[in-house]
Amino acid sequence: MAISREEVEKVALLARLQLDDAELATMTEQLGDILAYVELLGELDTAGVEPMAHALDVCDVFRTDAARESLDREKALANAPKHDGKCYRVPAVLGES
Amino acid sequence: MEWSSPRDAAMSLTDLTATQLLDRLRKAEITSVGVTQAFLDRIDKVDTTIRAFLRVDRDGALAQAEAIDARRQAGKPVGPLAGLPVAIKDVLCTAGEPTTCASRMLEHFRPPYDATVVARLRAADAVLLGKTNMDEFAMGGSNENSAFGPVRNPWDTDRIPGGSSGGSAAAVAARMAPLALGSDTGGSIRCPAALCGVTGLKPTYGRVSRYGLVAFASSLDQVGPMTRSAEDAALLLSVVAGHDPADSTSVNRPVPDYAKAIKQPLSGLRIGLAREHFGEGLDAEVERAVREAIRVYESFGATVREISLPHSKYAVATYYIIAPCEASSNLARYDGAHYGYRTDEKSMLAELETERRALEVAGDRDGLEAMDNALIRMYRRTRAEGFGPEVKRRVMLGTYALSAGYYDAYYLKALKVRRLIREDFDKAFEQVDLLAGPVTPTPAFKLGDKVDDPLSMYLFDLFTISANLAGIAAMSIPCGSSGQGLPIGLQLQAPPFEEERLLRAARMYQSATNWHTMEPDLEK
Repeated sequence: MAISREEVEKVALLARLQLDDAELATMTEQLGDILAYVELLGELDTAGVEPMAHALDVCDVFRTDAARESLDREKALANAPKHDGKCYRVPAVLGES
Repeated sequence: MEWSSPRDAAMSLTDLTATQLLDRLRKAEITSVGVTQAFLDRIDKVDTTIRAFLRVDRDGALAQAEAIDARRQAGKPVGPLAGLPVAIKDVLCTAGEPTTCASRMLEHFRPPYDATVVARLRAADAVLLGKTNMDEFAMGGSNENSAFGPVRNPWDTDRIPGGSSGGSAAAVAARMAPLALGSDTGGSIRCPAALCGVTGLKPTYGRVSRYGLVAFASSLDQVGPMTRSAEDAALLLSVVAGHDPADSTSVNRPVPDYAKAIKQPLSGLRIGLAREHFGEGLDAEVERAVREAIRVYESFGATVREISLPHSKYAVATYYIIAPCEASSNLARYDGAHYGYRTDEKSMLAELETERRALEVAGDRDGLEAMDNALIRMYRRTRAEGFGPEVKRRVMLGTYALSAGYYDAYYLKALKVRRLIREDFDKAFEQVDLLAGPVTPTPAFKLGDKVDDPLSMYLFDLFTISANLAGIAAMSIPCGSSGQGLPIGLQLQAPPFEEERLLRAARMYQSATNWHTMEPDLEK
């Protein structure tokens, strides 16, 4: 199934990616090729097959509900592109500033 | 090898396997400083061409080596890898040291903690040499997706080393490290191991902790050893395997002493050949080498039978839905806010302002309405500038496949086919102990050959991917050489948690053949 350029633009927004015109064109073509290839799965009848999200039979894992040390603030902020010593700083979301 | 004088020893330390080095270290015939220096010298000599390392920690490695030598000389207890240098794929967190995933996004990232496997290496007194190059975020089969330039295959520097753990494979092949760690999501240990002529093992999902392994596809990723021999792989796996409370998917079951068990040959071995692995697309030289390797097993008394993995042909399609879906979710964390790269805010705000004015002049109300706000644009530009093309492609593919209206058709469908692929293996392993076959369809191809055709790059993984989907253990060992002198790998696959069986089988082969001892000539 081919994918349209408009759909690719919509997905780029969902994926929080900014694509320029050339990238949009390449991406539309390449995603189209890949999606056409994965259509192969359509020929399999999978009715009644249990989906397998994980190779192991994963189960809930519990630990004792006891307080323990966590990453301190200084370390947590150390790699931030912008912070004020207490919080991460990002461009204003509400209103204009 | 004879050790007539210390000078001879110093000249050829890098030719020894980890097991041989460890033996001499234990007997105090050599020192860790001597070994570490020999590998550092080798890196200086050949890595300007190969580019296997993104970062070499010379001072740190020598300091570690010195401390271990001092402890050993004082008669104090030392760990099981005491004094052995190890190269680490740059997808594994090393506390306070750059961990880039070969991405601009993490170029300056210094993790606040060690990955569990790294902590285990330190506790075992291994010497950490540095971090190896890879495809960005472990996405790729050729190592050409590194933001810091490709690794070159030591056997032919015009060719790719395989990916994504290409740096680790090339480092071991070119004698720049006796041991390395890689990670394997769809073949990323086995493929470069095959193309560089080294031994690589992808453990069963859950055998090795993923804590501190930067996530690509969490249900498929596993860390494993890349070494010069099965014996060395056993040594390294014994140290890194085991339950970790910090990774709830690591399995709590005992870790066999692989290094001890490995010398026992397997008797009455039943080997299966999947007919789907010997079909169209398999290079004739690769097929010949693999069939020859199987004859070696027959000479040991193994019985060989053909079996079928009927859903093999769906593995690549299944993988390229599931892995990108998981990747798109995992990589959402790179938002320019918490850590990693952020776009230049000033130029970003100026860009938005220019767009706004243009839309106002045009009276485009819808356009104005649809415009990104500053935060969204910050995310989008950060990710556009921080990620390379393959990462973007997979994030896009995954986002699309998980988006409203497509989830059932793609992701859910792929999960169902994944079950069928797993059941194929379960059935096969009722009849045989191991599966043997090719790792890659051809030997190493030339740099640039497939960069414009992602689908053909994906299809290069067709023999390795299903082991990750099924979660089983699999290994690549050198089994031949092409007419052009390029290594060929043999893949062995075993049921979950049968790493010991794999290693013993690999060791049997390596005791009778010398493909694993072949060394690329980097002087030519």
